[in-house]
This record gives sequence, C-alpha cells and structure tokens, in this order.
Amino acid sequence: MTSVLSQAFFQHALLAGTFIALACGLVGYFLVLRAQLFTGDALSHVAFTGAMAALAGGYDLRLGLFAATIGVGLLLGGLGRRGRPDDVVIGNVFAWILGLGAFFLTVYTTSRSGSGNGGAGTSVLFGSIFGLSSSQTTLAVVIAGAICLLTLLIGRPLLFATVDEAVAAARGVPVRLLGFGFLVLVGACAAEATQAVGSLLLLGLLAAPAGAAIRLTDRPFHALALSAGLAVGEMWGGLLLSAELPKLPPSFTIMATASAVYAATFLVKPGRGRRPATRRVGAAA
Amino acid sequence: MQLADVASPVFSWNLVADFQDMWSYAFMVNAFRAGLVVSVVCAVVGWFMVLRRQTFAGHTLSVAAFPGASLAVLAGFSTSLGYFGFCIAAALVIAALGRKGQGSGAEESAVTGTVQAFALACGFLFISLYKGLLEGPTALLFGSFLGITTSQVTVLAVVGAVVLAVLAVIGRPLLFASVDPQVAAGRGVPVRLLGTLFLVLLGAATAEASQITGTLLVFALMVIPAATAGQLTARPGLSLLLSVLLGLGVCWAGLIAAYYQPYPLGFFVTTFAFAGYVLALLLRLGREAWGRAHEGGQGRGHGGHGGHGHGPAALGAGGAA
Repeated sequence: MTSVLSQAFFQHALLAGTFIALACGLVGYFLVLRAQLFTGDALSHVAFTGAMAALAGGYDLRLGLFAATIGVGLLLGGLGRRGRPDDVVIGNVFAWILGLGAFFLTVYTTSRSGSGNGGAGTSVLFGSIFGLSSSQTTLAVVIAGAICLLTLLIGRPLLFATVDEAVAAARGVPVRLLGFGFLVLVGACAAEATQAVGSLLLLGLLAAPAGAAIRLTDRPFHALALSAGLAVGEMWGGLLLSAELPKLPPSFTIMATASAVYAATFLVKPGRGRRPATRRVGAAA
Repeated sequence: MQLADVASPVFSWNLVADFQDMWSYAFMVNAFRAGLVVSVVCAVVGWFMVLRRQTFAGHTLSVAAFPGASLAVLAGFSTSLGYFGFCIAAALVIAALGRKGQGSGAEESAVTGTVQAFALACGFLFISLYKGLLEGPTALLFGSFLGITTSQVTVLAVVGAVVLAVLAVIGRPLLFASVDPQVAAGRGVPVRLLGTLFLVLLGAATAEASQITGTLLVFALMVIPAATAGQLTARPGLSLLLSVLLGLGVCWAGLIAAYYQPYPLGFFVTTFAFAGYVLALLLRLGREAWGRAHEGGQGRGHGGHGGHGHGPAALGAGGAA
C-alpha cells in the first residue's frame, strides 16, 4: 500500500482532489443554503454535454466543460427571477441539454471510432481522478483555489442575500449580481469537479458535506468551514480506500465516504429540535 | 443503436408506407407499444410532479434506476426487478429522510442530492465490477429502444395500469395536499402519507420509463410535457390531457426519427419536447402581450413568473370544490 501512496498518480490525485473538494465544500454550502441544489444538478449534467461537444468537435475537453457550465449557469440565472432560476425551467433546459449530450456522444464515438474512444464518455460521466497528469493537476489546483478565494470574498454579502433577500436588497446589497456571480462559481466548480469524480457524481460532493455541516451546526460560518473540512476529509478517505482496495473505483469510494458521513449525522442528531416542533404545529393546525 | 447499418431505411413522405415498413419489425411494434404506455404514465405522474415542485426528487428517482439495472446485470437477475426495486427503495429513502416541513427545503434537497450521487456511484461500481459489458454504461444511461420484448411490454402495461389506478384513487386529495398542504392537513388529509405514496408512484413510473429512454432522459418525458401544458392552459383537467397527448406525440415522433437516423432516441425525444416547450412559451408570451395591448391591464398581473403561477391558483379552486 505504501508503494501506491508514493506513486505520482496518487499524489496528483490527492493534491487536485484536496483543492477540488475544498471548492465543492464551500460552493456546496451556499448551494444547499440557497436551496439551489437542483441548479448544481443541472450544471453537472451540462458539464457532460459540454465535454462531449468539445470532444466531438476536436477541441480540448476542459474548454467545453467550462464554456458549457458557466454559459448555462448564466442562462439559468437569466431565466429566473433575481438570478434564482425556477425548478421546472431548469428541468426543461437540462433534460434537453442532456439529450444533446447523448447526441454528441454518438457523434464522437461513431466519427472518431478506433483507438479506445468508447471510454471517453464513461470517464467524463464518472471521472478519472487517478488519470490526472502533473500539468492537469497544477491547473486544477489553480482553478479550484481561485474558486475558493472568490467564494470567500463574496461569502459575507452572499450569506446576507441568501438568508434575507429583501432586507439585503434594501440595504443596497446587489442581490441579483451576487446571484449571477454565484451561478458562475457553481458552473466553474462543476466543470472542475467533473475532472475528478465525473459529471454524474459531483453532486454528491456539493450536497453531502454541506448537508452534514448544516445538520451539525446552526452558525453559518462554522457550517461553511465544517462543510469544506468534511469535503476534504471525505475526499482523502475515499482516495485512501480506493488505494487500499483497487477493485473499487475512486469515484465510488469518495461518494460512499461522503454518503456515510452524511448518514451518520442522522444517527448522531436525529431530528433537530426546531424542525419536528414546526412540523407538529403544522400538523395540528 | 444504429439501425442504419442493419436496414438503412429511407424516410419518404408516404406515411402509410413508412409505418408499414417500421411495423414490419416486431421490435419496432414493441417499441411503439412501450412508448405509448411509458409516455402516458410519465405525463400523468409528471404533471403531479411539476405541480408539487418535486422535479429534483423525480430526477433523483430516475437516476436510481441505473444502479438497479447494473446490479441486475452483475448479479444476473431480471433487469425489470432491478429497475423497480431500486427506484421504489430510493423513493422510500427520500420520503423517510427528507422532512417536508416549512423551511426545511434545504435539508430535503441535500438528502435528495446525496441519494442521487450515491446511487450513481453504486451503479458505476457495479458496472466496473462487471467487466463483460461491451457498450459500457451508455446504453443504460441513454437508453435503447431495440430489443424490447413482448413480455417486457406486458410488464410495463400492468405496472402502468396499477400506477394510474392508484393515482386515480388518490388524485383528488393529492391535488388538495399539493396545492395547500397546511389547509389539507387541517382538514384531516394525511399529507405525509400521500407524499410518500406519490414518491413511490413516481419511482415506479421512472423505473418504467428508464427501460426505454435510459435513466438520464426519463426526466424529459416527465417534466417537459407537463410544463408545456402548464404554459398553454391553466385548467387542471385540460392541462393533464394536453400533457398526456404531448408526451405521446413526442415519444412516437422520437421513435420515428430514431428509426431513420443513426442518433439516439433520447436526443430526438428531448429535442422535440423542448422545441414544443419553447413554442408554448412564446405562444403564451405573445398571447399575454396581445392581451395587455388590447385589454389594457385586466388584472393579469403575474407575467414574470414563467406562467407556472397559474396552475396552483386555478387548481386551488378545483381542489376545494
């Protein structure tokens, strides 16, 4: 096992994974708090279409990823009110975009058939974190670092705008601009995480640590830090587990660790006092 | 997936000849039958899903079909069992963990998202453990309408009939509970039980549909027809009927297109459906602009909400009656 840990591919995965998890934990917290997780879901699927379109057209995969996720993020923001898109509109848009993804996948696999293209779709969908080269790792670290920095920079006003939109708007916080800016960050984060865990699984990295953190603490900045910390811990745990048991793909072990931690929070704190109370009142009314 | 290699059929504008050509293949007949069942069930269930704003849950359930199918392939039992078992299990998990109370939307969505990612991760694990699959996961994810057997169609029809029957029984209280959960709870409607039951129905419907369109594209058959109908009319009965017709039309048109073109069915179905949605949206916006210009503010205030605001308001009247 020590031999695996000292190998270059594992160290690349660990380095890139740490930063990607950090970005996902930070962005995911706001995503959950703003109840915009479905947007994250949509953007993660858009990432697949973007990557497939780029491959079918013969461009670099990452160009397609970032262009598609950020572009669609802005589009969804534009369709909704105050940069907050409607669930049904999102559903419509991303169902179609996913269909386009299937189209590009067919175009790609049929037009460039031959040397092992069949795996490209799978690796975009489910990620290949152990396949990162050193230059890809550096780029991933830089981009993920930038996402973290930007999220922390707009964190305070974004939190205000999230918790009480009307008051924040009255106090002069640019609510709409923040909404759009946040969607751009989510898009970039989705594109970034696609390279690690794949477009279908990155939703877990966005949702699980943030959900667990929100269950464990009520204080927003503690929860934000906890979410980022949990994400990084889960990423490490998953990578180590996959190194230990090579039969299990890393994307699975990362998701399994994240889901297990989230499930554990339900056992530790089954139902927070506030919620059942409101439910009982609602039921009795 | 590519019929062009097998038969290389050419589309002519003589539709009768086209249909005779298509239906000379048993699998095409089965595909059309299965499309009929699936699109009707999906449109009806999807209509309630859109009304209840549970699109995220619906998408997650549809995704849960993927590990079900891949586990069935790995362990060697019937794929239908895998589809239905996993979708319904995921529905129960979401219903049990996500508490749908006031202000807990954030928590419910985190549960839903985690369930979805974990389900997909399991599917990926099963696929990678099972080395024999040549196509990889893409056939399961993006669907294939070839090779649907007559017995599969029978299963689809039976399950579809059960889903529709249950929905017909709980339809009225469910409508009430969806439109105004608090008042419904006050009147003694078992809101939580209905919510769980609906999620199970949603799971069964997605399990059906994912056998044809693939797990990733089920969602198109559920949400787009209902949303399109919601753009066109505010009356519940009419919009339900309209969404069924739209779903069926889109599904069959997609089958015809996929028969003549080498591209996947899911692409055509989603594209046709989305084009219909955009047309309906433009139609509604045009009608509203026309109405404003000619009647001068007759109290049609809710322009900016994308039209979905119409549904619940009109339905509230229907549910209370």
